[in-house]
Amino acid sequence: MNASTAHKRYVPARDVAIVATAQTPCSRSYADTEPSMIMRCVNSLLDDTGLQRSDLEFTIAGSCDYLSGMPFAFVSNIDGVGAWPPVYESHVEMDAAWALHEAWLRLQLGDIDVAIVIGSGKSSPGRPREVYALQTDPYTMAPLGLDTISLAGIQGRALLDAHVATEADFAEVVSRSRRSALANPNAQVARDDTIDALLAEPYFSAPLRRHDLPPISDGAAAVIIAAGDRARAITDGSTVGFSRPVWIRGMDHRIESHHPGLRDLTQSPSTERAAIEAGVHEGGIDVAELMVNYSPEEIVLRRALGFPSLATDDTDINPSGGPLAGHPVMATGLVRVIEVANRIGAGTAHRGVAHASSGPCLQQNLVCVLEGDR
Amino acid sequence: MARPCAVVGIGQTKYAKRLDVSLDGLVRIAALRALEDAGMTFADIDAIVIGKAPDALEGVMMPELSLADALGAVGKPIHRVHTAGSVGASTAITGVTLVESGRYDRVLVVCYEKQSEGNATWALSGGRSGGQGAGGSFAPWIRSYIQRSGAPEHIGWKVAVKDRLNALKNPYAHLHLPDISIEKVRESPMLWDPLHFLESCPSSDGAAAIVLACEDVARKAPQPPAWVIAHAKRTEFSSFPGRDTVRIVAGIDCAEALYRKAGITNPIEQIDCAELYVPFSWYEPMWLEGHLICPEGDGWKLTDAGDTEIGGRFPVNMSGGVLSSNAIGASGLIRCLEAANQVRGTAGDYQVDGARVALGHAYGGAAQYFAMWIVANELNPTYK
Repeated sequence: MNASTAHKRYVPARDVAIVATAQTPCSRSYADTEPSMIMRCVNSLLDDTGLQRSDLEFTIAGSCDYLSGMPFAFVSNIDGVGAWPPVYESHVEMDAAWALHEAWLRLQLGDIDVAIVIGSGKSSPGRPREVYALQTDPYTMAPLGLDTISLAGIQGRALLDAHVATEADFAEVVSRSRRSALANPNAQVARDDTIDALLAEPYFSAPLRRHDLPPISDGAAAVIIAAGDRARAITDGSTVGFSRPVWIRGMDHRIESHHPGLRDLTQSPSTERAAIEAGVHEGGIDVAELMVNYSPEEIVLRRALGFPSLATDDTDINPSGGPLAGHPVMATGLVRVIEVANRIGAGTAHRGVAHASSGPCLQQNLVCVLEGDR
Repeated sequence: MARPCAVVGIGQTKYAKRLDVSLDGLVRIAALRALEDAGMTFADIDAIVIGKAPDALEGVMMPELSLADALGAVGKPIHRVHTAGSVGASTAITGVTLVESGRYDRVLVVCYEKQSEGNATWALSGGRSGGQGAGGSFAPWIRSYIQRSGAPEHIGWKVAVKDRLNALKNPYAHLHLPDISIEKVRESPMLWDPLHFLESCPSSDGAAAIVLACEDVARKAPQPPAWVIAHAKRTEFSSFPGRDTVRIVAGIDCAEALYRKAGITNPIEQIDCAELYVPFSWYEPMWLEGHLICPEGDGWKLTDAGDTEIGGRFPVNMSGGVLSSNAIGASGLIRCLEAANQVRGTAGDYQVDGARVALGHAYGGAAQYFAMWIVANELNPTYK
């Protein structure tokens, strides 16, 4: 990956903004179905914007069949969105942040102005540690039972061995995330834990302790995006939703080799490249929401995004608590976008960055830059 | 604001039970063939889009992760689409919109299925044992079509024979049945009344790939470009009271949107040939009607008159279609790329003489997902 590639980054021809967001609280086990979680989000978005279902010209969702153990599980999810009369719709088997990327580019074609993006996941029916082992290479890795928690531990170990971080740094990430989550009504894990108390806990998958892992969550999230004047019209005078559009200034995603042995796990060149392509460094960043599924990942991501030190940087990182406080798989990345957008939409931040990842050890990363009007 | 987009490279594997290659090998063969056809290498590609049916068919979750290396995606964007059986065509359309948006100039689209890795009928029954499979879902709707249209029972047999005879001209096709006949189809075991064994698609392994490019790149490509002049998708609920499962509203809406975008007012005259997703024989006449290619009740008459044969009035599934090769996740992309082969004039022995405008189509789920495109040999075709 060549970060020095001197080319002009893609700037969209059409301004597209997030105009409304919705998410369910994260829960260890949501008592109802996945479509009902989705319906809750969709209805909330329509209430906040005053839009009708028929105003949503493109629908795109991200979910994963494997979470419920049912091939074609995503088909029932459209029951929660609405598809009668028939709709123009698509689905990615990825975190919904990637669905947002597709929708953002889809609106660039100019023939439609409004889209809804939905992410949902119920991890409660399965055993995530066994399920995620199926993401690994089916010939060389999956037969070893090498799961994502073990791989996250290997990444943590790489940071320790390279003297990039200490176990206390991992605990600091957890302590801060859980404390931040006390102000997040959607968080599943919110508490005030000292770094010393966390370090006194036993190892779960050394060097990771149980709290270095995300909780197992059910949840859903959704956003409505709109182009140009349509975005302004939807937010103008809104009393319940955003009072101003939250413009998507740039978005990019990149993947790395699947084989951990071919990567330097202390670095995230795919995040670095995506950040450049998304224009992260072209302005100040008030807030960053990073998809830190395992605490060591925050250290890797901060380095890749250019927020090397919490002490010297003004950027507020994971004010929601991040995935360590709630991890609604397949919506987790979209929730990062939502948490940044909510702050810009409310006027408490002006410019922010959201990050989503997929795969073991941050294999694939997406970076999105959001900004409000001055 | 949408930029023009064209197919500039096409690649396919042989469809069969492919125990000789890994998943990585399978997708890489198709990708490399498409790149070679486009006069490109992986280094030229800006983004990759992959599509396949449920991950449970092979037991590999979110396979864009483990296939990233084989597809030359390292350092690049890779995007994964899943819209049930329509996924191959949906993935192609997603690739097109990425080019049309202005974001990427060259997009590699790869779709595959390796059915031999798992149990497709189990997966197609939603992961439940003892399921009815896809044929069991569709047979009652086919019976309903027969009742409504008054079509004679040999129509399904004729489609089964026609598509297998076409497949003999396609070296990539899974089924090569030179001695296929109406009698053989009729005498083959009944699977789901009225569908006999030989009226059903096979279980195939295989991958298909295309390279999509913006106008500047397409004009310099070694092969004639197949311009994507229109695409459309529609989805409706899988079931609800009063749902018409024969003449499906989402299918009608999708076709109307497609023809409107393409400026087509008389599909049967203005489109030269079509690759339709026909996994069970009777879906040929059902989609001819259900996508407004002919009036309601006339689809089976076209089939019966031989109009859908190569050389007929409206050739359908010149490549042999899904009835001859069904690597599920790839099947929709194969329909789309075979339409492109026709308008490029690269369809070999199953080329329709003078084909200029062609339709590629796929459907999925409970016949509730539709994805279609029109390709042409000119960016602004004039119609008959």
